[in-house]
Amino acid sequence: MLGLYLHRESPVHALPAGWKLAGLAVAATGVFFVTGPAPLGAALLACLGLFALAWLPARTAADQLRPLLPILLVLFAAQAAFADWETAVVVTARVCLLVLLSALVTLTTRASEMIETLERVLGVLRPLGVNAGKLSLMLALTIRLIPVLFDLVQEIRMAQRARGVERSALALLVPLLVKTLRMADTLGDALEARGYDPR
Amino acid sequence: MIELRNVRHRYGEREVLRGIDLTLAERRVAIVGSNGSGKSTLARLLNGLIVPSEGQVLVDGLDTRKDAKAVRRRVGFVFQDPDVQIVYPTVEEDVAFGLKNLRLPRDEITRRVDAALERFGLTGHRTWPAHLLSGGQKQLLAIASVLVLEPAHVVFDEPTTLLDLRNRRAIARVIRDLPETAIVVSHDLDLVAEAERVIVLDEGRVVADDAPGPAIAAYVARMG
Repeated sequence: MLGLYLHRESPVHALPAGWKLAGLAVAATGVFFVTGPAPLGAALLACLGLFALAWLPARTAADQLRPLLPILLVLFAAQAAFADWETAVVVTARVCLLVLLSALVTLTTRASEMIETLERVLGVLRPLGVNAGKLSLMLALTIRLIPVLFDLVQEIRMAQRARGVERSALALLVPLLVKTLRMADTLGDALEARGYDPR
Repeated sequence: MIELRNVRHRYGEREVLRGIDLTLAERRVAIVGSNGSGKSTLARLLNGLIVPSEGQVLVDGLDTRKDAKAVRRRVGFVFQDPDVQIVYPTVEEDVAFGLKNLRLPRDEITRRVDAALERFGLTGHRTWPAHLLSGGQKQLLAIASVLVLEPAHVVFDEPTTLLDLRNRRAIARVIRDLPETAIVVSHDLDLVAEAERVIVLDEGRVVADDAPGPAIAAYVARMG
């Protein structure tokens, strides 16, 4: 879901990050004012059109939704059971649209551009004590560390399986927590060593 | 030049360095020792990541206790695991991170990033997400991200431990060709053998300080 930047020379990539983030904010709000399945279907098609305009294949769009499939199915079933079919379609389509639009922004915008924009926007809150630099670094580290933590989970799972433990939340969470804390500690040292100044 | 004057360091009650006096002026110095000998602590003292419990560490005359920021600009630090050193999601963004911290002009940042990527053979990977690089490429990225800041000295803490033979040799070549002075903390005796001077640590003390041949022989003898 938190797609990482894919480099292309497309017009969507060339748009400034601020425009894309503002467009995402407007679209994410606007999507709640679209009520019928037909207009939402058209919006989804338009979103896929934007993926094409960004030279990203439909498979990349599908990859963004695949991890959410169980949640989407539960959401659809719950809405169909407690409301009606049309509401189920509308609510599920809205979530898909929001995920695809957010993914489109992250896939076509370098983290550094997004972070610089965020820093500029949050800069106005500096008089209130908000440290825009720290917040934007947090965002960069979050994007960067998702695949690292994913690999760590796979590694721990494999180590547990090698010892005959197939499914145990505790056997996964304890070493994951210990390794993550250790990694955070070294990461702090690395930031300091690279001259990071949080002021 | 880096000087350590009667340096002692403790973590709580445990003393890990017990009176180290060293002057490091050679282009290539290696530090070896068993696990827990204090070599990683010594490495972290050299760029002010930690300050000694007692004694002084001076980098080109700057005291790490008083001038930590200036010391870190002079001493780059490459960690064992590049995954904990790479901050930004893509290769070129990560190389630019330290330069942006220095608030350099955009043109200067671009020029230095281009040169660093070229120097370490990463130009073709500049827009790649860092997690898609191989272990060796990640270590090269970590080194590029440190050297782009143009430090006078570079400390490498076990830079080849997580790598296969081919990547170990690639990193050894990079270290060999550096114009900067390098202090390499390592168990990799092939890498250590390339230094001009090898310091052997044991239980927080310097037990050998010599040319690679005799120093490595002393280390191997101690390891039994």
